[in-house]
Amino acid sequence: MPNNGLYVRDLSVYYGKKQAVKEINLDFAAKEVTALIGPSGCGKSTFLRSLNRMNDLIGDARITGEIWIEDKNINDPSVDVVLLRQKIGMVWQRPNPFHKSIYENIAFGPRYHGIKNKKQLNEIVETSLRKAALWEETKDRLHQSALSLSGGQQQRLCIARSLAVKPKIILMDEPASALDPVSTAKIEELISELKQDYCIIIVTHNMHQAARISDKTAFFFMGELVEFDDTQKMFTNPSKKQTDDYISGRFG
Amino acid sequence: MSAKLANRIATVVIIAVAIFIVAILAGLLGYILVRGLGHVSWDFLTSVPQSIREGGGIGPQLFNSVFLLVLTLLITVPLGVGAGIYMSEYAKANRFTDFIRLVVEVLSSFPSIVVGLFGLLVLVHYFGLGYSLFAGALALTVFNLPLMVRITEQAIRAVPKEQKEASLALGLSRWKTITSIMLPIAMPNILTGTILASGRVFGEAAALLFTAGMSSPRLDFTNWNPFSSNSPLNPFRPAETLAVHIWKINSEGLAPDAAEIAAGASAVLVIVVLLFNFTARFIGGYIHRKFTASK
Repeated sequence: MPNNGLYVRDLSVYYGKKQAVKEINLDFAAKEVTALIGPSGCGKSTFLRSLNRMNDLIGDARITGEIWIEDKNINDPSVDVVLLRQKIGMVWQRPNPFHKSIYENIAFGPRYHGIKNKKQLNEIVETSLRKAALWEETKDRLHQSALSLSGGQQQRLCIARSLAVKPKIILMDEPASALDPVSTAKIEELISELKQDYCIIIVTHNMHQAARISDKTAFFFMGELVEFDDTQKMFTNPSKKQTDDYISGRFG
Repeated sequence: MSAKLANRIATVVIIAVAIFIVAILAGLLGYILVRGLGHVSWDFLTSVPQSIREGGGIGPQLFNSVFLLVLTLLITVPLGVGAGIYMSEYAKANRFTDFIRLVVEVLSSFPSIVVGLFGLLVLVHYFGLGYSLFAGALALTVFNLPLMVRITEQAIRAVPKEQKEASLALGLSRWKTITSIMLPIAMPNILTGTILASGRVFGEAAALLFTAGMSSPRLDFTNWNPFSSNSPLNPFRPAETLAVHIWKINSEGLAPDAAEIAAGASAVLVIVVLLFNFTARFIGGYIHRKFTASK
């Protein structure tokens, strides 16, 4: 196995008796964007949330199978979930900045992880905001409330916040679906930039978006992985009829 | 009847109800203040009561009410907020949790005179606390704790799920997530709960008759050693609160100006409660702004 991505083996997620995700095997490479597509309720969000064990928070969720990152199986009971989550950033559908200042939103994570030096924190805030293409818009108002930003800016702040704790992998759950077209374009541009350094896994309902920004695409249906291939091939010449039907809008 | 007419009538009725409620409040407040304020003076607020002669004040009672409030909050806020956090974040959804919730509900609807008697038998006699502020504070905890637990639980549950997940996804521990992200957002609601609980402390009389007692020892307001028996700060001394005092002089007061004293004390009680409300809201708003950097 190559060493910098994320490898999923036989992953199943159950809610009570219902199996929401069925024995998925998938490899995510570093420096690539992988899009997860499929109709609502097909298990792609559940799958995404199990990659940083966010499903632990749901009382009756049960997860089997293995997820490997840096030679460690994160579903192993001995793994420290708290440390694990630092390596895997996450961005949600609706922007969810903390009810704190712009500066604090970014500095909060690194400070908790042990960086107390003010100068170092300032640097982290600046680099994170620069990486998220938000520095120019916010450098003069770092100590204002993050809630005073527009929706698109808030979403970029959330991306900057996750970058600040130096993750290897970034999970995005429909990060642009609540934004206007201009903000969406900015987020997409940003994703292409971030690809240079991170492994990005993105759930999207927007076929055009998947085609524009991703290198690989995985199509989920009824909890199963139907097809996984290069995005180009998936969108021009998929090998399964189901994939073709979904992508061309004949169902789902 | 046309929809338009129905809408008109409903609007008028609703406005009338609203005006009625405001009128009751204004009437009550006005009555108490007009009757009582004439009697309130600096001397009235600071001097000790007289049992037979005219011109007694309510100084010790006023102090006792405030001190009892502080003592009660010292007990209820940590316990109530702690239990609320447990119920909302740590407790699993099962029968046992439902049972705790039921017990909390029942506790808050106990008749206060029963709690007073319980305090007399268990706290005052069995544990030998005597008539004391501490026994009174524990009795009041019986009412206030359920309120604090329920309000904290609801306030924390009302914090958007995404806030909690965002913090956990950064690799923060559960405890840090609760204290740094969730509690500040829940703060205004928890504060409202605390104010409600405090109002009850000021107003409660029945539960205090047999626990904090109906008398106040001669207090020496220059002695701030909490272990000395005539110090106002001693939590193990008997302490008649303002509400209890009003009840006492109304029912068995011998001083010729008992009615005026009761009226004045009522006005003071109402004003203190209002003052406390506004101050608490102001401070709460300030803390919330400070924590969340919002306008």
